[in-house]
Amino acid sequence: MSAATLPSWGRYPATDQRGRDCHWREDIERQLGAIDTTLVYGQGRSYGDVCQASSGRVLRLSGLDRVLAADWQRGVLRVEAGMTLEALLALCIPRGWFPPVVPGTRQVSLGGAVANDVHGKNHHRRGTFGRHVRKLTLYRSDRGWLECSPELEQELFEATVGGLGLTGVIAEVELALMPIRSSRITCFQTRFGSLDEFAALCTDLDQTHEYTVAWLDCQSEAGRGVLSAGNHCDDGELVVAPGRGLGIPFTPPLSLVNRLSVGLMNPLLYRLQGRRRRATRDYAPFFFPLDNIRNWNRLYGPRGFQQYQCVIPAGDAPGAIATLLQQIRRHRQGSFLSVLKPCGDLRSPGLLSFPLPGISLALDFPWHPRLAALFATLDQVVAEAGGRLYPAKDAHMSADLFQAGYPAWERLETLRDPALLSRFWQRVTGVGRT
Amino acid sequence: MRVLVIGANSAIARACARRWAARGNDLLLVARNAERLARTAADLDPRGTGSVLQYPLDLDRIDDHEGVLRSCFEAGPVDLVLVAHGSMADQALARDDSRLALADLHTNALATIALLTNLAPRLERQGHGRLAVISSVAGDRGRPSNYPYAAGKAAVDAFCEGLRGRLFQSGVGLTLIRPGRVATPMTEGLAAPLGLQTTPEVVARDIVRALDRGRDTLYTPRYWAPIMWLIRHLPTVLFKRLDF
Repeated sequence: MSAATLPSWGRYPATDQRGRDCHWREDIERQLGAIDTTLVYGQGRSYGDVCQASSGRVLRLSGLDRVLAADWQRGVLRVEAGMTLEALLALCIPRGWFPPVVPGTRQVSLGGAVANDVHGKNHHRRGTFGRHVRKLTLYRSDRGWLECSPELEQELFEATVGGLGLTGVIAEVELALMPIRSSRITCFQTRFGSLDEFAALCTDLDQTHEYTVAWLDCQSEAGRGVLSAGNHCDDGELVVAPGRGLGIPFTPPLSLVNRLSVGLMNPLLYRLQGRRRRATRDYAPFFFPLDNIRNWNRLYGPRGFQQYQCVIPAGDAPGAIATLLQQIRRHRQGSFLSVLKPCGDLRSPGLLSFPLPGISLALDFPWHPRLAALFATLDQVVAEAGGRLYPAKDAHMSADLFQAGYPAWERLETLRDPALLSRFWQRVTGVGRT
Repeated sequence: MRVLVIGANSAIARACARRWAARGNDLLLVARNAERLARTAADLDPRGTGSVLQYPLDLDRIDDHEGVLRSCFEAGPVDLVLVAHGSMADQALARDDSRLALADLHTNALATIALLTNLAPRLERQGHGRLAVISSVAGDRGRPSNYPYAAGKAAVDAFCEGLRGRLFQSGVGLTLIRPGRVATPMTEGLAAPLGLQTTPEVVARDIVRALDRGRDTLYTPRYWAPIMWLIRHLPTVLFKRLDF
């Protein structure tokens, strides 16, 4: 049992959570039998309570990080699910391969990437992570070891992709990679003055660019921001980026992200990075800018922070997002990092996958009791627009909002391993509540 | 370079072997559990290693050492040998149960000494190479909480100190490695001494670097060197009062 508590990335809600390590696959069998209900805790990069076991007792698979088979000709890699994306990148980049989908940090486990069906800056081209998973090996308390894929145990596969780790312990992942000829990215940056301009820019740039994402000045009236687009370079070196840079060594007693700093930084960022420009960059700062500041979540102080990430269906997206921004200003809240991302129409196999064709918006807020009122207003806007929230980032959504956004949740519940239960699942379904 | 890794299924050995594999070294892996050994080898193979050979061997069976080591050295010179096997019984029980204490002593001390005795003349004949032996900070001084384990490590430490002098005459090096508490299957569920615990990856990085530089001893992580200096120099009248 680990001595320290294992928090979620937002460090809210704060719970006392302890873990047991699994080093070999036999350990999973032993541990899953030993506890009433548990949950796998990967790298602790989900923000809210999807990584918190209702029992407060989790399994860690950090020792299960082996390569099982590698086919460098076809670009197929079979690994244990505790391997991090960072370790996977170090293996495949020198051989000219890259994961087809990477989220905003490489500090995630592959099991976590499957369980949350993560997406990246190329959602419009490649969909979610789960689309590139060829096979999964699960261990279930009621059925033992089993393999699932889009062909084999299809229903279980679809429930497991984006299934929040509830359908069995994901022990092994087989992933199809994509070829690259350089580890560098050619990127292009431009400002936009409004959300409509953003939508128009995306329609244009999505045709010619593999990756698009935008930073939004959430305090601006019209919704101005900076859009970056990128492609893998056609030729060049295949070099693994060095490890992380500086870290935040301790948690400051108060959040350093507050109304004052956000108010100062947002206009400054707009001015600094705004100019229209082209450049080639290393893949790491392009995909994982925050990985360079280890433990950046500590900046939010001991009370932590909450992320609000929603996706709004295409038709009405700019209008609904403008309303969200208006509400945030009205509540006198500011988000330091606001990210807009166009989502495409490639369907994920996952039953509970988050993206919808439309626009996703992610906002970070330092935790404060007043957030509840703001989030309630935002939830209403999202619900009216037919959107939904991202479970991996969530610590507040109501059962109604969840069940309306993810009508397939009942199918997942029937396929859930009875020995696995998260606080999130308890909160949004009422299952296992006493 | 050909590297022989003994106790290859251990977390520290695996982390070291990954580094050597990425350099394109040839690996010879010895471990007790053959099925796990196959998984360890499969993990190393796609990382760029020259070749990976597997030799299942229960190191407690000292009579079996000769056959395996002979075949390891027959195929060509061995440039580096990492001795990483070990075990640790529940120390609270081992303090009052001689069978438990002696079983650990057999694995950690007797089997290791037998292995080193077998390896020494082979390396001497080669006239080059390096032995890397994983001991522990525990071997520096017996503490009430783990002296049965510490005794085995201390025996290996003294043995290695002498062996280093002998091998030096024929151009063979010996690095004694003293890790602090590392999160591995062996230490699962134990409280970390002084709250200090590290990962096999950090220890492996230190070990590989120390071997590249031909160091005689290594405390890893490095902060253990001053801590253990203090502990070694604490007067016994004080030390015996510290129940830790």
